[in-house]
Amino acid sequence: MGVEIPVPGRAVAGVSPEDVQLLERQVLTTRASRVISWARKSSIWPVQFGLACCAIEMMSAAAARFDIARFGSELFRASPRQSDLMIVAGRVSQKMAPVLRHIYDQMLEPKWVLAMGDCASCGGVFNNYALVQGVDKVVPVDVYVAGCPPRPEALLFGLLQLQEKIARSGGRR
Amino acid sequence: MTAVAAQSRETLTINMGPQHPATHGVLRLVLDLEGEVIVGARPVIGYLHTGIEKEMETRTYHQNIVFPPRVEYLATMIEEVAYVQAVEKLLGITPTKRCQYIRVILMELSRIASHLVYLGSAGIDLNITSLWMYAFTPRERILDIFEAVSGQRMMHGYMRVGGLQWDVPLDFVPRVRAEMEELPRRLDEFEALLNDNLLWRRRLEGVAILPPEEALRYGCTGPVLRGSGVNYDVRRAFPYSSYEDFQFDVPLGERGDAFDRYLVRMEEMRQSRRIILQALDRLPDGPVNVDDRKVALPPRRELVRSMEAVIHQFKLVSEGFHPPRGEVYSAVESPRGEKGYYIVSDGSNRPARVHIRTPSLCNLQALPVMIYRGYMADVVVAIASTDIILGDVDR
Amino acid sequence: MASGAAPAALTALLTVLPGAVQEQVEFRGETTVVVSRDRVQEVLAFLRDRAAARPPALTDLTAVDRLPLEPRFEVVYLLTWYDPPARLRVKTRLPAADPQVDSASGLWPAANWLEREVYDLFGIRFRGHPDLTRILLPDDWEGHPLRKDYPLVEEPVEFVGRIPPVPSQAIPRVPPQDE
Repeated sequence: MGVEIPVPGRAVAGVSPEDVQLLERQVLTTRASRVISWARKSSIWPVQFGLACCAIEMMSAAAARFDIARFGSELFRASPRQSDLMIVAGRVSQKMAPVLRHIYDQMLEPKWVLAMGDCASCGGVFNNYALVQGVDKVVPVDVYVAGCPPRPEALLFGLLQLQEKIARSGGRR
Repeated sequence: MTAVAAQSRETLTINMGPQHPATHGVLRLVLDLEGEVIVGARPVIGYLHTGIEKEMETRTYHQNIVFPPRVEYLATMIEEVAYVQAVEKLLGITPTKRCQYIRVILMELSRIASHLVYLGSAGIDLNITSLWMYAFTPRERILDIFEAVSGQRMMHGYMRVGGLQWDVPLDFVPRVRAEMEELPRRLDEFEALLNDNLLWRRRLEGVAILPPEEALRYGCTGPVLRGSGVNYDVRRAFPYSSYEDFQFDVPLGERGDAFDRYLVRMEEMRQSRRIILQALDRLPDGPVNVDDRKVALPPRRELVRSMEAVIHQFKLVSEGFHPPRGEVYSAVESPRGEKGYYIVSDGSNRPARVHIRTPSLCNLQALPVMIYRGYMADVVVAIASTDIILGDVDR
Repeated sequence: MASGAAPAALTALLTVLPGAVQEQVEFRGETTVVVSRDRVQEVLAFLRDRAAARPPALTDLTAVDRLPLEPRFEVVYLLTWYDPPARLRVKTRLPAADPQVDSASGLWPAANWLEREVYDLFGIRFRGHPDLTRILLPDDWEGHPLRKDYPLVEEPVEFVGRIPPVPSQAIPRVPPQDE
């Protein structure tokens, strides 16, 4: 004897059409991948990785006026093990690059990287011996936000783009 | 005879940073602890070394204006003026009075904005998150003023050698005045929240004490030095940009602890407001750029009429000016202390050497003195009270 | 813009140690004295202890690479008296073959990191420094970047429709008229 699952629109023995309609209104069905990606993109917690000037605009984005928390990034965790996103806010020097890679490796999957600002994207204003010309030489980057420094709204736009990217990826990394 | 249990002392060496929520940037501290007491501290810096000094040797004096605001990124207007002023000193030109007064207003607004970030960061280090949110709100309004003036919230590129990029917008004076009307109410709010707050006082009083002799020997300047009671403010000692025209007090601390530095910075914000109001009242009319065509670009309507103006424009943009051979050092009072630019010119269109004397480097050198024999928890308070910027330290 | 004219300390220096000062330059209201490198410790100690009522602060310690001039390196000390305010710049010149000078960290602890930075970026050694190691660059870095013969190490950038290959060549160096 099998269990018959009520399908919307079709009457089943023991379940009246009104009950089926009630079920349709109160139960949401979807694919698991969409739920998972919705959960992931709506609660991206960045790791505190402010390096230089862009960090100040990141702080402004987290402050009361631009409020990154309303997009899900309620907390910037200090520990990489508790965070999903690394916003590389600022210039990465040669001395800092191994540290950056180390922090990235310590983050748990799924993880994303947002290169904030020109220095993180491509070296920015500086083109010399001391800086890594773009953080994508060290870690894989998902979203680049241009600007020197990008306005907090630009960072929020980058975050929304990342959320769309996560939604498109369907729950897989 | 009773046997006394032998006490063994073990020193634990821990690493703090470079990625750390409370180090105010990429600072690494190697601390030796005996229990909770710090017995040795060794800051390791260089994680933000950008090679700015070398980069400035490969650009013209005008192209170099891009780099200073990225050094001290919280007091951007002050840093730009510091560089531009040094070049003007090298050339031997004096900017117009209107330009000087506008620079003073923007510099003092920058100082207030920077001290507000100090307040917010000092608060959030002690988990007073609401203080951080409250402190950033007036700062946002000041950044709006900067955006109206120069087009950018930070990294303005507004100062030029011999003047400014362009004159301030028409509503600048009423807008700044309105902002200054609002400011005392907010500062009173902060002081009401903090000055008699048992938690704040217990965490900050008696912590990170720096005796004045040590502060002088370590080359500390700014609120770190003034918190220890030494009266040295570059605006008073070596006045620049018409600061001698304004009346303001220089607040001093007594005990040299973190609480005194906090009080000094709060009072400095009020004094900055005082300077701004005086400058707004007496803002002179006139041009903002110096009349020297060899240094400052000619106004655009002259280009239609005068061939000479076209030639000057062409020369300035494609080559830049050639200052005389020599070296100068010009300092300003940044929110952290004495910010100086040492420029050596070899007569070409590029500087031969630019060295930035940064206050944060010397203030940070004194940090081990401040935290010696303190508790681990006080290290966070000490770093916040020195208000260092790692871009300043490492350049 | 006052920056402190020739301070009283300079007069004291010229009186007590007359042979020490090789050159004296006044430019834009600033005074610079050039001292030979074996006398620089003596001069700095004098300026710290006996030149004025209160000791000055070591505001800055840096170096300049004057390639191709000889002596190649200049180590520049900037002293500031706070009360009354005055500044004095003391310079010493070092040859390219042997860039060493005595450390001032015994006189001012502020010199500690400043000298490490000069060592890191220029390769100038300071005798008697307690811990002369690299400070800004990674410990295993080779070379001293702020020397004139060390390249900027620029990555070539593609400019649309125009060459220079690297940004610093957008406006090339134009030497002064008399060179």
